[in-house]
Amino acid sequence: MKKYMIHLNSRRCIACHGCEVHCKANKNLPVGPFLCTVSCTPLKKVGGIPKTEITFSACRHCEDPLCVPVCPTDAMLQRRDGIVYIDQEKCIGCMACTSACPWEIPVQNPDTGKAVKCDLCMDRLDAGLKPACVAKCTTHALKLVTLQST
Amino acid sequence: MKQSVYSMCGMCTVRCPIRVESEDNQVTWIEGNPHLLGGALCAKGTAGVALVNDSQRPQSPLIRVGARGAGRWREAGWDEALDYIAAKLKTIKQTHGPESVVLSSRGGPWQGMYKAFIHAFGSPNYTNHDCTCGRNTHHASLSINGVGRKGFGYDIRNARHLVLFGRDMFSALRIAENHQTLDMLDKGGRLTYVDVRQTMTGAKASRFFQIRPGTDYALALGLIHEVIKRGYYDQDFLDRYVSGFDELCSFIEAYTPAWAAKECNIREKELLAFVDEIGEDRPGVIFHPGWNLARYRDSFYASRAMHILNVLMGNIELKGGLFIPKGAADCGLPGIRSIDCAKPDIKRGDGVGWQYTHFDKGPGLAHLFFNNMLKEDPYPIKAWIAMRHDPFSGMPDPQQQKLAFDKCELLVSIDTNYSEYGWYSDVILPESTYLERDTPIVQQKGLKPRLAVRRKAVEPRYDTRASWEIFTGLAHRLGLEATFPFTTIEELWAWQLEPTGHTMADFEEKGFVELIDQPLWHDRDQLDSTFKTPSGRIELVSEKLTKAGLPSLKPFEKPEAAEKGMFRLIYGKVAVHTQGHTTNNPMLSELMPTNTAWINTKQAKKLGIQTGDQVELSSADHSYNATVAAQVTDHVHPEAVFTVHGFGKEIPRQRRSFLAGVSDQKLMVGALDDWDQAGGGISLCEVFVHVKKSIRNTTRRAEL
Repeated sequence: MKKYMIHLNSRRCIACHGCEVHCKANKNLPVGPFLCTVSCTPLKKVGGIPKTEITFSACRHCEDPLCVPVCPTDAMLQRRDGIVYIDQEKCIGCMACTSACPWEIPVQNPDTGKAVKCDLCMDRLDAGLKPACVAKCTTHALKLVTLQST
Repeated sequence: MKQSVYSMCGMCTVRCPIRVESEDNQVTWIEGNPHLLGGALCAKGTAGVALVNDSQRPQSPLIRVGARGAGRWREAGWDEALDYIAAKLKTIKQTHGPESVVLSSRGGPWQGMYKAFIHAFGSPNYTNHDCTCGRNTHHASLSINGVGRKGFGYDIRNARHLVLFGRDMFSALRIAENHQTLDMLDKGGRLTYVDVRQTMTGAKASRFFQIRPGTDYALALGLIHEVIKRGYYDQDFLDRYVSGFDELCSFIEAYTPAWAAKECNIREKELLAFVDEIGEDRPGVIFHPGWNLARYRDSFYASRAMHILNVLMGNIELKGGLFIPKGAADCGLPGIRSIDCAKPDIKRGDGVGWQYTHFDKGPGLAHLFFNNMLKEDPYPIKAWIAMRHDPFSGMPDPQQQKLAFDKCELLVSIDTNYSEYGWYSDVILPESTYLERDTPIVQQKGLKPRLAVRRKAVEPRYDTRASWEIFTGLAHRLGLEATFPFTTIEELWAWQLEPTGHTMADFEEKGFVELIDQPLWHDRDQLDSTFKTPSGRIELVSEKLTKAGLPSLKPFEKPEAAEKGMFRLIYGKVAVHTQGHTTNNPMLSELMPTNTAWINTKQAKKLGIQTGDQVELSSADHSYNATVAAQVTDHVHPEAVFTVHGFGKEIPRQRRSFLAGVSDQKLMVGALDDWDQAGGGISLCEVFVHVKKSIRNTTRRAEL
């Protein structure tokens, strides 16, 4: 069922943190919550050159998400294309989803008191556009990959 | 109502092309122009929306009511503020002459308009921030090639090897240039990076030299030596276009790779392996001659050496090398009109053109005004208008600058944000943000030149104005309507475009007007008129420098060593901030609210400092100090302490950045007079500071 994945080409990524801000601006988030993050390992010499490994992390949109069944108000939902998202109308901000998630992905929006997380910008996807982090990635390092079953 | 406009970013001076969506006068989406950048935009670009919505910027003209710098202001209407400035300028003009007014700007494609204003007023004293940026590089290029820093572009995508001396391009973020470099690397190209510390650019490199601070010139000399010794140069190109090669050969003999390796604290073997690669990759090797090389006392000569390496490669007007940016005339087309006014025939107040004849007269050199202002020689300076320029954040030693500014009867700051200078000034004229203002049309030269324009995406949120409106408003009060006859931007645009036959509608489709379909290259055998030197050739020995009593090939001088307990202060950039003017941005300050001090592991151990410890950085005379967290790493040279520029602001209304971090330029006490006599740039990395563990690392609690 899972259809989409965001892939980072770490050869092209320069850890400029653009994706984090593109996401926050698109979701109109205040200071505090980040729905995706880029991080660098401490510099370590490889072949004489100090190098860093860059990783991008956001919600994994698990096939069997642990956050969905624990939600007391059925606000955490999974779409047919695998996108796990929060119905903001139903969310009461109890953050049970964060406790259930192995990576503690959902975060609280201090403005609304409700949980927020990456929904792969599903409104944009449905309009034929790419998620904000991918669409505006400074170096075109992030790609939205559509998984195919074999 | 939903709207979409093509425009130009203004978060940094790269000015990437953008597309902006808005709804009900709110910006809802900003992306890189899809036709040029495929949507790509950096964090700063997206944070433009936070700039518009930021209430911690001046919201109306402000007139000082307390002492200078005390931060007491009263709000004024535009008519009142412009009348106030115009009346003061008229009195100053009458009493001291028009030349007693200086206008400084950040530079950029619209500086012709600011320059025209001050020239029309009657003063020759237009200046910009370039003495703290590209002046050394600019003058180095002029002395060799007869064209300035912008006289060449770089075809990085098709190069086989890019060599960067401290040009941290993945922090500077010229997005189109970054794409080119990453494409080059994807195609198997090589990147060599030279710096005193590791950066994201160096982390992407195939070769990295961590050199001793102040030895870029030595490394370049060692390279020239070995390149010539091995015959890795283009003899035909040298014969055809270059003079002074024999002099270079005899000068360079002593500067062996072994010598260079020792000076730079690197391995000779590595340097020789690098030259092997140059041999394999030439002529497609680009030695970037530097951007901000206002760093060391010999940066001008270091930049010259990088230019010389390009000349030896014979890589000029070559695919994968340097190219000459083309404009409308090269395409056989008429160009746009721009507001202009001839410079009055009066000596410049900074001495450029008469005291210093080897410098480009255009913007002169801002720092050379200060001593002349104190001496009132050649004449007093009584007013300074800073247009989007912050002398206190850009140039060293603001306290010393204040002594000179105190001689002025009028200090004006035109800026979107409060600047450190603005906070000290008498009147602040708030410029609308780049998303709220239109600007005149500009030509962007390149292999495919184009016309571009900034269009406002939303109406101004506060009582702010576009720079063209501000200058027109002042001009009309000072009787300068002949230079600024326009009352609407539409009139100005129409007048600019008239010779070209284009209309504003031509910008609708893509946001720019392309002047040619295919990249335009000159015939490489017909470059004779390209080099505007006195001899018309590329001059490795410059007639102009000789006349000014300066050597063209300067022997290397060892950089000073630091006294015990002191470190050489090195500043740099970061991808999420634009120098001093984004540190208070609501979105960007969340990513990086303060700076840190990078200290080499061995040195830190001696000082008992660990990563995260609070350390005190203090100027040589202890008149300024600040406490920041330490970042202990092997990847900064032991002689250096590194910090990101733009912090340590003291503007209370900027509550996010107020007193956050350390200000490099405030640590540079006495450095205003330390400048490159040949290149004109200030030596911003010739300053030593005290570093010690702060007593603020509390281990006890004495309070309840």
